[in-house]
Amino acid sequence: MPTMNIIQAVNDALRTEMRRDDRVVILGQDVGKFGGVFRATQGLFEEFGPNRVLDTPLAEAGIIGSAIGMALYGLRPVPEIQFADFIYPAFDQIVNEASKMRYRSGGQYACPMVIRTPCGGGIRGGHYHSQSPEAYFIHTPGLKVVMPSNPSDAKGLLSASIRDDNPVIFLEPKRLYRAARGEVPEGEYVVELGKAKVVREGDDVTIVTYGAVVHTTLQAAEKAAQEDGISVEIIDLRTLLPYDIDTILISVMKTGRVLIAHEAAKMCGFGAELSATLNEKALLHLQAPILRVTGFDIPFPYTFEHEYLPNEKRLRKALQDSINF
Amino acid sequence: MPEGLVRILRPDGKVEKGQKVPSINPKDLIHLYRVMLLNRRVDERMTTLQRQGRIGFYIGSVGEEAAIIGSAFALEEKDWIIPCYRELGAALLRGFSLFEFCCQLFGNAQDSIKGRQMPNHYASAKLRFGSISSPVGNQIPYATGIGLAARLRGTAEAVLVYFGEGATSEGDFHVAVNFAGVYKTPTIFLCRNNQWAISMPRELQTASKSIAIKAKAYGIEGVQVDGNDIFGVYSVTREAVDRARRGEGPTLIEAVTYRLGAHSTSDDPRAYRDDEEVEGWKEKDPLCRFKLYLMAEGHWGEEKDAYLEEEIKNEIQAALKKSERIGPPSIDTMFEDVLDRVPWHLKEQLEELRRVQELDAVQQEA
Repeated sequence: MPTMNIIQAVNDALRTEMRRDDRVVILGQDVGKFGGVFRATQGLFEEFGPNRVLDTPLAEAGIIGSAIGMALYGLRPVPEIQFADFIYPAFDQIVNEASKMRYRSGGQYACPMVIRTPCGGGIRGGHYHSQSPEAYFIHTPGLKVVMPSNPSDAKGLLSASIRDDNPVIFLEPKRLYRAARGEVPEGEYVVELGKAKVVREGDDVTIVTYGAVVHTTLQAAEKAAQEDGISVEIIDLRTLLPYDIDTILISVMKTGRVLIAHEAAKMCGFGAELSATLNEKALLHLQAPILRVTGFDIPFPYTFEHEYLPNEKRLRKALQDSINF
Repeated sequence: MPEGLVRILRPDGKVEKGQKVPSINPKDLIHLYRVMLLNRRVDERMTTLQRQGRIGFYIGSVGEEAAIIGSAFALEEKDWIIPCYRELGAALLRGFSLFEFCCQLFGNAQDSIKGRQMPNHYASAKLRFGSISSPVGNQIPYATGIGLAARLRGTAEAVLVYFGEGATSEGDFHVAVNFAGVYKTPTIFLCRNNQWAISMPRELQTASKSIAIKAKAYGIEGVQVDGNDIFGVYSVTREAVDRARRGEGPTLIEAVTYRLGAHSTSDDPRAYRDDEEVEGWKEKDPLCRFKLYLMAEGHWGEEKDAYLEEEIKNEIQAALKKSERIGPPSIDTMFEDVLDRVPWHLKEQLEELRRVQELDAVQQEA
């Protein structure tokens, strides 16, 4: 198996799915000849031409609105929003149109499309190149929301999203784009949506996380094992909606302690939903309060971005708090 | 596209000097008149129904029938219609049945959208008639997208999208027309300029001299037509459709018309506009104008008209009688079609609802 980074894996998924299905069309700013500002669509314009890879005017509502029309027509558009921070002009089209099209038409129309967008901080991007907007979309009925943490999943989940009959928000943690490398299966490769993955087995505390924070939690877990004697199990959710409740419950029933970690702000973040659901379903298995290590409830800061992000120190402290409760 | 306001049929039913009536066979002319009259009578009947509390809401198109039906008539079956919420006439012309329409008003078990939206928000994929959403202007960008897809696939299908003059103030209008211009999509943007966006007059929407003139800035064709003249509307739309099929790109049509009724049953226009203005526009009524023409040409007569009125009345009554009896959809359908398959959390929520309902039933029995 070849080794790739996430950008290469995304590119491989797009190329493979475009070869497999001629309804798959890419559109967005700079995605054509230039190959995207992160190079995720590099070489696709050359291989598939201007009718499959479209450079668009600079207007997110236009990109998503056009993609909805293409999906209604029967194509499989994969629009790119250059940064998740810039998705809001298209919010109305996503929340009021794409997500509701199937429901409001009684199943007569559908909007199969994948909105790819880089998210998250840690790249010195400040407010407007660092946001993690997943909660808005998880909160919106009618969308699937996916966030990979490694190249192999990036390829498999993106391929599955393109084949899915629903609108999918596909969030790519941009600080992993080139930092995360790993083996990626060649050719067609699909990772089923809605299935989490236990990326580290342990007995004392379960960490539920996704995206770039998976890597931070893995490092924190190693330190916690060596220095604090805490055995940590880590679940990478991969699909945030619909998320894999069974895998979480099996782990929670084993460990009895839960830590939820994500980059997005704490207030009404996805961790709040996970925590509430675990309280409903597993209260009597819990030996400590469910804790959250997340971004703070402030706009994403520039100078203090590494203090803002869930880091190793904050994670280890929370693990200790859970154990010592 | 011609400069200035296009008008073929004058308010008095006579043909404007130097203008030619488009070639439409008498059978189609009568059919167009029938659909216009049906549209008008349905609007009147359903407004009463709302007043009686039998439906929750109604939004009609009294006065705008020519703009809607004349433009839709310029399309073929393969073309798409992306409606706003006043295009019942276009749906009826396409073959949407009155029974289906009434089922949607009641949100009953036969409603093709399963009781999921308020009245007048129907959809028909088999007629290539879009799903209606309430937010103003939201449909315009995806009409561009459908046109773009058709162009990429190399078909000669056209897309006709409707919106009011209020929608032209929305960003979605701008992005949609801009994208359409850049990609030369086969999209016909039909603005029903009915002068009023609820209580906001046309002058408050834009300082532009007209809506049609906005086309120039996007590098596309624009034309202004008397929206109460069915021949004028049909002619300019037909030309726009032909251009679209030839790959010559989009057209912005401003159909100058007037909302003779309230915005919807939730509105009372007496609070913000003069009766005089309304009376003035009643003299330009698209239906009267067309009827006068048809009578003058010998295609129509008062006797036939009285018969048609009776036929339509009965048709509406029959559709209402049949649809009002039908009960609501099953509660399971409430959780379907959110995603293509019902995910675990929605299955749980359905179960939760069922348990409460069962409890209710048990308590009522006791």
